Amino acid sequence: MTLRKKSACFPGFLLLLLFSGCAATIPKEALQLSPESLKIRQIQTKRFDTDEKRLLASSAALLQDLGFNIDETSSELGVITCSKRRDATTPSQIMGAIALAFLGVQTPIDKEQLIRASVVTHPIQIEETDQSVKRTAVRVTFQRIIWSTQGQITRQECIIEEPIYREFFDKLSKSLFLEAQDI
Amino acid sequence: MRRKPSVISMLVISLLAFASCAPSTKQVLATGESQVKLRSIQTRAFDTTDKNKMLRTVIATLQDLGFIIDKADANLGTVSATKLDRYNLKITVTVRERGETQLLVRANAQYNITPVEDPETYQQFFNSLSKAIFLTAHEVD
Repeated sequence: MTLRKKSACFPGFLLLLLFSGCAATIPKEALQLSPESLKIRQIQTKRFDTDEKRLLASSAALLQDLGFNIDETSSELGVITCSKRRDATTPSQIMGAIALAFLGVQTPIDKEQLIRASVVTHPIQIEETDQSVKRTAVRVTFQRIIWSTQGQITRQECIIEEPIYREFFDKLSKSLFLEAQDI
Repeated sequence: MRRKPSVISMLVISLLAFASCAPSTKQVLATGESQVKLRSIQTRAFDTTDKNKMLRTVIATLQDLGFIIDKADANLGTVSATKLDRYNLKITVTVRERGETQLLVRANAQYNITPVEDPETYQQFFNSLSKAIFLTAHEVD
């Protein structure tokens, strides 16, 4: 009985592999604006009363404060891309893995993560007549990839947690202030 | 004796699995669609000559779509970005002049380890882009 079950399972499993290997196609909504995209934009964007160049420089300084390494920049288009590799272990996962290890089951846990961020600035024109008032909007986006102890990707995601963005912008205003004071 | 058929079927199916994926180096210059068709799927023309504004709008649109910008080069007119949402979607958008009055925008994407050649996906991208820049995306022959 068990033998028959097994022999039915194996080809089925292999068939699954066959489809997952080559036929993965892009989800229909991947390049479509979602209803939440406006809300996410608001969370990720903030305006400052300063010019683009200063805002970019302050952002770069802040990213360094946060331990990011700058990967790419384009001052003409107002883009900074940066990343950092950090530990991704969580106590709860370790506890779970230990508990399972007692039962003789070895489970991989999250080991490290690559956190990436891009900062994009764009100048806002308020009034055509008054050029002295400069305003610039900045949008930051974070994402991360997590690898397990076995070196496999366990998660790849966009980070959309409002407090993270709020804190980032708080720090950015501080950075702007520090730069103004030449600190 | 009873085991034999299952072993054989396993072998046949795993062979099929390998055969269905093109062998490694073939991938270097592989295309699914014809070059001409691929270009028409991936390219649109816009009635503007402001390259910098177009590039900035492309960047803003990609951000709206959940991408983070990997690289941007104003001189070459290229933007590369990545979206992570359980999958890994990479896109490169290039902007270049077409004649005196238009800009050509071309996008090509990679979904995990496969090229994106589905016209509808690109159409959705250009829809989002033309909404953002308030211009119509013209199909190019």
